[in-house]
Amino acid sequence: MNILEVKNLHKSFDSNEVLKGVSFNMRQGEVLSVLGSSGSGKTTLLRCITSLEKANKGKIFVDGEIVFDADETKPKKPFDERKKQLNFGLVFQSFNLFPQYNVLENVELAPKLLAKERQDFKKNKQEILNEITINAKAILDRIGLTDKLYNYPCELSGGQQQRVSIARALALNPKVLFFDEPTSALDPELTGEILRVIRSLASKKITMVIVTHEIDFARNVSDRVIFMSDGVIIEEGKPQDVIDNPENERTRLFLKRLSDK
Amino acid sequence: MTMFNDAIGVLFEGFGLNCIIFSCTLLLALPLGLVITFGSMSKFAPLKWLSRTFVWIIRGTPLMLQIFVVLYAPGLLLDFPLKSRLTAVLVAFVINYAAYFSEIYRGGIESISKGQYEAGQVLGMTKAQIFFKVVLFQVVKRIMPAMSNEVITLVKDTSLARIVGVAEIIMCAERFTKQGLIWPLFSTGIYFLVFNGILTLLFGYIENKLNYYRG
Ligand SMILES: Nc1ncnc2c1ncn2[C@@H]1O[C@H](COP(=O)(O)OP(=O)(O)OP(=O)(O)O)[C@@H](O)[C@H]1O
Ligand SMILES: [Mg+2]
Repeated sequence: MNILEVKNLHKSFDSNEVLKGVSFNMRQGEVLSVLGSSGSGKTTLLRCITSLEKANKGKIFVDGEIVFDADETKPKKPFDERKKQLNFGLVFQSFNLFPQYNVLENVELAPKLLAKERQDFKKNKQEILNEITINAKAILDRIGLTDKLYNYPCELSGGQQQRVSIARALALNPKVLFFDEPTSALDPELTGEILRVIRSLASKKITMVIVTHEIDFARNVSDRVIFMSDGVIIEEGKPQDVIDNPENERTRLFLKRLSDK
Repeated sequence: MTMFNDAIGVLFEGFGLNCIIFSCTLLLALPLGLVITFGSMSKFAPLKWLSRTFVWIIRGTPLMLQIFVVLYAPGLLLDFPLKSRLTAVLVAFVINYAAYFSEIYRGGIESISKGQYEAGQVLGMTKAQIFFKVVLFQVVKRIMPAMSNEVITLVKDTSLARIVGVAEIIMCAERFTKQGLIWPLFSTGIYFLVFNGILTLLFGYIENKLNYYRG
């Protein structure tokens, strides 16, 4: 069964139709890269799936269960909305860490708030909170930030900040983790560390969708590549096929421009 | 010498009133301001425009006029005269400062990037959690300089209470000029300076404490 199914997603801003029917599926543990020129709708696609924008048309399924239906008119309960939100994690291009919290607190905040809704929270409060801290530290350790637990985001390099934001997303155990150009706000020499982290997540079979302009990385890490243009997917397949032998003229043009740079 | 002691005692009593007006205003206007902020940032247009018009009127007219209106309007228009002049002063001050605070809050809240809200949302936080756990603290840090300005102005504005006969410190001191004494009047300045000096130190301390992070 597919862990994620996106069906015929449409999104317009006023009269500007940005997504013109995007559909794709993902299997558990799969890594999908999304390529495409600027303005083709990649960010909008991620934002629609993660509920930061509301798509005008289309459906989204997680584990075969519908989590979004544009035709559904009945407003959802906020509680249900949030539970669906937790299916997905999103790593922003600009990190969006919480500046007033240190690294560990950034990672723990959401899980701790969520834990308060557990039935047994009152009874096992200390245990539950300890468990969250242990888990957060373990994630930060895997991502190489053990010596920065008590630093504030402003004291970290861009690469370290982005790693914290990846840890923050992972702490909630999302079923699918989305990345929107996770390295494009970083100095070139810092992109390597982020790409290494993503690669290690891929080896742990974490299901990921990565919007990126790093062609070599996409070829390396992904199981499948999608190429978007003008709000539709114009090419899809194995990285060797899409990147090295594109069938579509526009894909070829885009890749050529990128390699010329 | 008894004259001196008398004068000091009277001034102290007067300044007590200034302090009462100051603390009551602060205590009530700080939360009321937040309520007005939510009104003026509301997506519900009538509420938004009602709040903004209210703020416009309150900020656009003299506090002195507002004090008179609060004191006399209930009696003349509603046949419900206010007994206590101090109450009238307090009501006018609270409304006036709440309007100013609400604009400072609004500026602070609007200066927080959309990304902070979105990060909270994708982490499954509720709107209230995002506001109280993520945004509020950053807003407090950002508005601290503007708030300290406003609070110091409030200390000095308390002397406006005298226009409806509330015997705050300057009114008390002025009585001595009729007895040929000028120093009590001058010395009121010292009370304000000391009070504001303490506030300045306090705000400096708070801003310093909040400076543990940038951004
Ligand atoms: N909130 C918005 N309001 C109006 N138009 C928007 C909004 N967000 C995106 N758009 C428009 O949608 C189109 C696609 O934008 P999007 O950010 O999805 O592209 P992208 O593929 O992510 O590009 P890039 O590679 O530059 O990040 C653009 O034309 C953009 O102007
Ligand atoms: Mg984008």
